[in-house]
Amino acid sequence: MGKTVVLVEDEPNIIEAISFILSRDGWTVHTHSNGDTAMATLEVRAPNLILLDVMLPGRSGFDILSDIRGHAVLAQTPVMMLTARGQTKDRERAMELGASRFMTKPFSNSEVLDAVRELATS
Amino acid sequence: MLFVVAFLAERAAKRGRARWLNSPIIYTLSLSVYCTAWTFYGAVGFAARSGLEYLTIYIGPTLVMIGWWWVLRKLVRVGRAQRITSIADLISNRFGKSNTLAVLITLMAVAGTTPYIALQLQSVTLSFSAFAAAGPNAEGFGSAATAFWVATGLALFTVLFGTRNLDVNERHHGVVMAIALEAVVKLIALLAVGVFVVWGLGGGLGPVIEQIEASEIAEWEIAPSRWVALIALSAAAFLTLPRMFQVLVVENDDERHLRFAAWAFPTYLLLINLFIVPIAVVGQNILPEATNPDLYVLSVPLVSGEAGLATLSFLGGFSSATSMVIVAAIALSTMVSNHIVMPIWLRVTGGGALVSGDLRNVVLLSRRFSIIGVVFLGYVYYRISGGGAALAAIGLVSFAGVSQFLPALLGGLFWRGATRSGALAGLLVGFVIWLWAMFLPSFGPDAALSADVLAHGPWGIAALKPQALFGFVGLDPLVHAVFWSLTLNTVSFVVVSLASFPSPMERLQGAQIVDVFKHSSSGQRWRGGMAQSEDLLLMAQRIVGATQAQGLFRRVASEQGLEGYLPEPTPEFLNLLERELAGSVGAATAHAMVGQIVGRAAVSVDDLIAVADEAAQIMEYSSQLEEKSEELIRTARQLREANEKLTELSHQKDAFLSQISHELRTPMTSIRAFSEILRDSDGLSGDDQSKYSSIINSESVRLTRLLDDLLDLSVLENGQVSMNLEDGLLVDVLDRAVAAAGLIGKVSIVRRREREQMVIHTDLDRLCQVFINLIANAQKYCEALEPELKIMTSAKDGRLYIDFIDNGLGISRDEQLVVFEKFSRLGDDRESGAGLGLAICREVMQRLDGTISYLPGQGGTAFRVSLPFED
Repeated sequence: MGKTVVLVEDEPNIIEAISFILSRDGWTVHTHSNGDTAMATLEVRAPNLILLDVMLPGRSGFDILSDIRGHAVLAQTPVMMLTARGQTKDRERAMELGASRFMTKPFSNSEVLDAVRELATS
Repeated sequence: MLFVVAFLAERAAKRGRARWLNSPIIYTLSLSVYCTAWTFYGAVGFAARSGLEYLTIYIGPTLVMIGWWWVLRKLVRVGRAQRITSIADLISNRFGKSNTLAVLITLMAVAGTTPYIALQLQSVTLSFSAFAAAGPNAEGFGSAATAFWVATGLALFTVLFGTRNLDVNERHHGVVMAIALEAVVKLIALLAVGVFVVWGLGGGLGPVIEQIEASEIAEWEIAPSRWVALIALSAAAFLTLPRMFQVLVVENDDERHLRFAAWAFPTYLLLINLFIVPIAVVGQNILPEATNPDLYVLSVPLVSGEAGLATLSFLGGFSSATSMVIVAAIALSTMVSNHIVMPIWLRVTGGGALVSGDLRNVVLLSRRFSIIGVVFLGYVYYRISGGGAALAAIGLVSFAGVSQFLPALLGGLFWRGATRSGALAGLLVGFVIWLWAMFLPSFGPDAALSADVLAHGPWGIAALKPQALFGFVGLDPLVHAVFWSLTLNTVSFVVVSLASFPSPMERLQGAQIVDVFKHSSSGQRWRGGMAQSEDLLLMAQRIVGATQAQGLFRRVASEQGLEGYLPEPTPEFLNLLERELAGSVGAATAHAMVGQIVGRAAVSVDDLIAVADEAAQIMEYSSQLEEKSEELIRTARQLREANEKLTELSHQKDAFLSQISHELRTPMTSIRAFSEILRDSDGLSGDDQSKYSSIINSESVRLTRLLDDLLDLSVLENGQVSMNLEDGLLVDVLDRAVAAAGLIGKVSIVRRREREQMVIHTDLDRLCQVFINLIANAQKYCEALEPELKIMTSAKDGRLYIDFIDNGLGISRDEQLVVFEKFSRLGDDRESGAGLGLAICREVMQRLDGTISYLPGQGGTAFRVSLPFED
């Protein structure tokens, strides 16, 4: 299908798990684990979908999100935020900055898949 | 005779008090005290000597009564508002209640009135001798002895009737009544003589007019300067004569009486003067050349054999004299007693015996002695001046003396800029000139001043000649004296007033008196009452607020049966209002404010001091409030700081919970994801399956360790754990730690075990936990190719130091600051735990009275643990 997703996440086990389930759903998964350099990867890959962790080494997921929304190419790309800090104000902030989805860890694989499919078709 | 009049007067006073006393007729009649024996006898003499000039004496008062009624009204109003007892009281009150001024005026008044009293004595003595000469027992009436006995009688009479009671307002209803009666007596007597002269002797109106045309009086030339001077003098004296002030102002019961008196009194004067000229002309024609013209009124009926008429005439003259002496003595004694005797007495006794009865007796006694003193001063003057002068001339000396008060009086009433110094200067200058140019020369040459001084001036200085001051020669002595004294008086008053500054008390009194109509009620009670109530309401609204003030006023008004907001200012209402206002502004201020508006009481110095006290109290109160508010500000700041601390703690707690959440959810995410993969995914390879299972396992271990650390830290932080203190060898503890952590990794441990042989007293297991943590950190984070950890022990000053130094890159300055904080994992190393290890170490060492710190400048990462230690 040629659909690509970039996963920006710093926890190796979570990268492995998400990569596994999205690959099996037919996605091409690129991963990046550092906040400071994530934008470069995103520009290069220009994915159909971005999964973005909030707590990253270096720049945070929120910083990257606002960069994406201000970026000429990436602005329209759906972004699903992932976070282990399940606080309401984080969700609000993500939606303000233009996130398409906000998902709190831990999540079930089917939840992730449903959300990804929905974002891809919209 | 004296006592007949006395009894008559007393009876009349008693009987008439209820009905008559408050009538304007009585007031008008009492004003006739202006017409003394001088009028009764002297006017005829004056006319016989100087023609129509005698009229000036009555034109002055008439002009004042008609043209200056507004001045009189103001005088009366001030007198009421300030409770004035005499002209000295008024002027001293106006100029800041100056007693110096009061004393000066009293002395001047006594000096000025003395010739006048002498005049009365002289006239009574003359009439006695004339009357007695015609009677059966003519012998035995030496004129000096007569004068003495007359003086004694008058003094006694005045003491009896003038000091009968001590009234706060110095009103003497009985005396006023007696004077009014005497006024009627003298008018009737003079009219009767006049009628007798015209129709009985002169043969009717026509022939008498012809006689007048033929007499010297008709040919008498009018001297304009004397006329002007005399009219001005009599007008001034009408206002300033102590006795006139007494009846005009002090004895006034009702301002509205003035309106009646304004036309009634001039009418009285007209009637009195009606027959003066006929009597003078007829007297000159029928009486021998040597007869004293001053006695025509008496001698004409005597010569004509009309004994009854002569008796009436004598009575009239006697009435005129006595009424003048009585009122003058009362007025002067009030002044002498209030301004001279009482201040001295109070100073001498220190005001200690201020029991009301005592004081009353002292006052009465001083009044009585003052009266006797005043009357006998008149007698002395009479004796010294020789009793030969014409009555009118003596009267004018007196007029000129008291008219010196006029500039200060009028200036005080109408000019706010007038000052005490100005008044003093004017009065002194006028008084001195009057004494020099008029009073002393009036005794005649060589009596008080030698003929030489009169002719050439003292020490030959012509400019100071008593009757030609500053080289002004050729003026009539009277005009000369009046001109100089009043002019220089006024000039000094104005100039010194302009040059000096009034004291606060003067300003206050000046404002009270000059603007008396703004401060006090008018004569018409109801209008004044409403106006006052309106002012009171305005003031009350400003102080207690509109709603409360209007509520109070309407309530009182309805209690009084009135509609609207304006009740009558009754004493009850004023007291109520004062109390109401006192709640807001203090009692003294409230009293002063209400007093200002209703003119009920002047603002006294005591009031002002009380007001100042209240202001001081309010200031103190407000400074207390200021302190309080500063205290509140301090408290608020402390609260704000506490709140900031709490907020900071709350932020820390939020951050901590958020961190915990993250640390817990992250491994759980992996566990959940891989367990679902294992469950749901078909066709996983065996390798994948075992890989995913071991991830689940390791993440579970991570979770468990995290929970253990959290609990451990929580227990340590809350101080709920008890340290298990025991003795042990440091080397054994380090061996255990190295065995637990050091053997897992590749870091080689360098130790000098011979140095570690000291016995320590501590919780050995907890200490071991700290050591394990530090060794494990080195295992995890040391980046050197051949990692090495040196453990070095030293002891110094009762403390034991164990340093853990690796050969890695060390940590940055910024990271050193946070390395002991919870969850402060450094860099992006995935190997780390939850970031609680060093935080736990710090807590443990604190509990063991030791420390753990980062040791900078050692090349690699270096931590130093210290413990208390005894050799």
